Amino acid sequence: MAEKYVGQRVKRTEDPRLIQGLGHYVDDIKLADMLHVAFLRSMYAHARITSIDTSEALHAPGVVAVYTGQDVSSKIGQVPCGAALPDLKVPDHRVLATDKVYFVGHPIAAVVATDRYAARDAIDLIIVDYEELPAVIDVEGAASNSTVIHEHFGDNIAYKLTAGEGDIEAALASADHVVKQRLVHQRLAPIAMEPRGVLARYLPGEKELTLWSSTQIPHLMRTQVAIMLGIPENKLRVIAPEVGGGFGSKLNVYAEEALLGWIAMQLARPVKWIETRRENIQATIHGRGQVGYIEIGCKNDGTITGLRYNVFADMGAYHQLLTPAIPTLTGLMLSGCYKIPAIQMNTTAVFTNKMATDAYRGAGRPEATHVIERAMDMVAAKLKMDPVEVRRRNFPTPEEFPFKTATGLFYDSGNYVGALDKALEMADYSKLRKDQAAARKDGKIIGVGVSTYVEICAIGPSAATPAGGWESATVRVEPTGKVTVLTGASPHGQGQETSFAQIAADALGVDLNDIAVVHGDTAIVQYGIGTFGSRATAVGGTALVLALEELTKKATRFAAHLLEAEPESLQFEDGKFSTDGKSVSIQEVALAAHLARNIPADMDPGLSATRFFEPKNFTFPFGTHIVVSEIDRDTGDVKLTKYVAVDDCGKVINPMLVEGQIHGGIVQSIGQALYEELVYDDQGQLVTGTLMDYAVPKAAMIPWLELDRTETPSPVNPLGVKGVGEAGTIGATPAIVNSIVDALSPFGITHLDMPLRPELLWKIVNNAG
Amino acid sequence: MKKAISVTVNGVVHHQDVEPRLLLVHLLRDVLNLTGTHIGCETSICGACTVIIDGQAVKSCTILAVQADGASVTTIEGLGTEANLHPVQEGFWEHHGLQCGYCTPGMIMAGAQLLDRISSPTADQIRHGLEGNLCRCTGYQNIVEAIQYAASKAK
Ligand code: FES
Ligand code: FES
Repeated sequence: MAEKYVGQRVKRTEDPRLIQGLGHYVDDIKLADMLHVAFLRSMYAHARITSIDTSEALHAPGVVAVYTGQDVSSKIGQVPCGAALPDLKVPDHRVLATDKVYFVGHPIAAVVATDRYAARDAIDLIIVDYEELPAVIDVEGAASNSTVIHEHFGDNIAYKLTAGEGDIEAALASADHVVKQRLVHQRLAPIAMEPRGVLARYLPGEKELTLWSSTQIPHLMRTQVAIMLGIPENKLRVIAPEVGGGFGSKLNVYAEEALLGWIAMQLARPVKWIETRRENIQATIHGRGQVGYIEIGCKNDGTITGLRYNVFADMGAYHQLLTPAIPTLTGLMLSGCYKIPAIQMNTTAVFTNKMATDAYRGAGRPEATHVIERAMDMVAAKLKMDPVEVRRRNFPTPEEFPFKTATGLFYDSGNYVGALDKALEMADYSKLRKDQAAARKDGKIIGVGVSTYVEICAIGPSAATPAGGWESATVRVEPTGKVTVLTGASPHGQGQETSFAQIAADALGVDLNDIAVVHGDTAIVQYGIGTFGSRATAVGGTALVLALEELTKKATRFAAHLLEAEPESLQFEDGKFSTDGKSVSIQEVALAAHLARNIPADMDPGLSATRFFEPKNFTFPFGTHIVVSEIDRDTGDVKLTKYVAVDDCGKVINPMLVEGQIHGGIVQSIGQALYEELVYDDQGQLVTGTLMDYAVPKAAMIPWLELDRTETPSPVNPLGVKGVGEAGTIGATPAIVNSIVDALSPFGITHLDMPLRPELLWKIVNNAG
Repeated sequence: MKKAISVTVNGVVHHQDVEPRLLLVHLLRDVLNLTGTHIGCETSICGACTVIIDGQAVKSCTILAVQADGASVTTIEGLGTEANLHPVQEGFWEHHGLQCGYCTPGMIMAGAQLLDRISSPTADQIRHGLEGNLCRCTGYQNIVEAIQYAASKAK
């Protein structure tokens, strides 16, 4: 197969509609007779509901129906949790609160009205009497808090888990030094720019329910919502239309999705709910939320002997789809890109009166990378070594792959030194250090930070995932020769309509514009798992490669029949099968295969193939990020004056898309490192409940990002790709924090917890305590 | 109590009776069916709803439809056509200035208006000029390049 498109900076085929505002996100779809839903949500973090009076709301203009927990709890099943862990406590999770509310934003009642304004007006007319209860907010104190959120559990512990291999006690005892540090991974809001939204339509005659939802997992959602509603899965169609970003926040099954479906069935009218941003920050999953204690042992020469991480992980009030599983991903990646003979993670996962945490971009791996990359810097500081040198001493060499970690993983391939050296050269590291020394003499506060990360992608082997880790693809050459690709992946910004078309165009020798990549509709696309965990290209793209191979084989046999030749004698190039001066195009083959007047007796008509790919392992992309930061003495403001990133995500289908993923990931990391934090006060009020006070980075806060790549193919899939969707959010955060801690080391600082806001830094440099 | 207004949108005059509290963005999206203008917040922060009103970039979630009475509004649907894209639209396509596309119409409108004010902006001027627009996907770098492309193209 000649590579005309793969590896090229092909402009996206999804863009023309989007740059003209002609895409269709959920809220852009309108159905005749459609009603609008608004939710009344709890204003308390923890309270008993003593009464709900909806009578006034019911009589408000335009209101068609009002539903409370009483009305729906026995009709709709639990909001599902797909994670399985030993002794995991799974709270009863109803779509609307019944007797108690557990977090600010907990849905209590749904109003259905003829327009959005009427629905929202009527929300204010519902009278709820609450008996407020003390809120459990502090993560470390939750386990021993006398207030128990789910009373029948007896305490607030969701589970406890010890993971890792090697004799950690001996490893730490054998160290020349053990560095200890408490470290906080603050709660974050994913903030996809399109909030969630659902449109539901029920056809009573056909008994068919259709849900348009802003989701990353249409098929998994269909299965779960069918179970929740007790309807046959084959009578539920889920469509993920244009989806305006996800970052894990739409890798979930939410109460509102099932409830809208149920309401549409009750009323036999289409109903739509579009989340407000305030609701989005309150009641769409949060990310991170860990407080941990690191102990890392090292020899005088910098060799790491062992790592222990005791962590309190904040589940929030309930489990969403993967909530309890997220800390286990942290545990898997604690080894970073280093040879560490013994690792232990002790997790205490606790319930608190907050929204559930779950998979926000990186999902547990940014926490792991932050732990190990901060720890490596602390070791370097302790030994007065250059942080680069400490890292180098502990890397496995490229020959040591597949590399086994003490967390039980086999890293597929890697060249950590290669990426590091390239980044050092790009940043001119030794000059940076000299400049830093000189600038310090001039009174400037400048730091250089490095992180060498590895992450886990292409999720993943089915045995290691809750709901299947494979992906599917169908390729059809239609009678007119146009090619349709159906993928079970569900892209929402990643650009697979383009990159998958690149793969198919090269394999079939057809024009890129003759290919349509269809996704996100369960009535059209065969079952698939979805887009998350940087898996779409590595797993879904591989399924596509397999389907293309099978389709080409079939086409070759049809072509041989048409040309009256042996299949083995045929050449297939540029979309033409040829032998002995005779040729037939794939388009002609497709037509003949559909007309079926002259096809081999043992072949079915039509030209299509469906394949599934089950990966044998995860993939492990890696890289080095180097950051220079400067702190303004008068304001405490941080300026990132240099940002160099060398990432290795294996083979690349479209470098432009890869760079875009890395840019976006790094900027979310900058958000975490410097600005973003979900703050709940002692009563459990969400203080940062709008974009006014939850600080998503803006263009002017971001430095120029200098990117480059190294390319170490993955042996796990035939494309050699690893995945890149989350690399930026994983590699960048510790590099930024390391640079600022480095800048402040003359002030005696050895560690700081994020976000590193100006106020904190100003106090340090001005000794204001 | 509805109020009669007349607004020119993308060159077409619309006479509508609207509730006084109806936001302009809802007039555009729900009444006129111009759904390219998006809503990403309710606090005038995200800029997804940016349109051009009488030459000014305005967040259409922060003004009422009645305030636009007599005004001329350009939305993303009125900026260019597939065959004849506005240079900023073209720049976004060329330089991969969008991923999920949700912030994109607002970004493009803000970018187009920025170029009306400053024909050859520096990267810094572009970044500051987009202060009212959030993008969670792209990290902004390609958006800056897209607008620079448009600036050079327009010369
Ligand atoms: S929707 Fe108008 S600024 Fe966010
Ligand atoms: S492209 Fe997704 S928010 Fe900007």
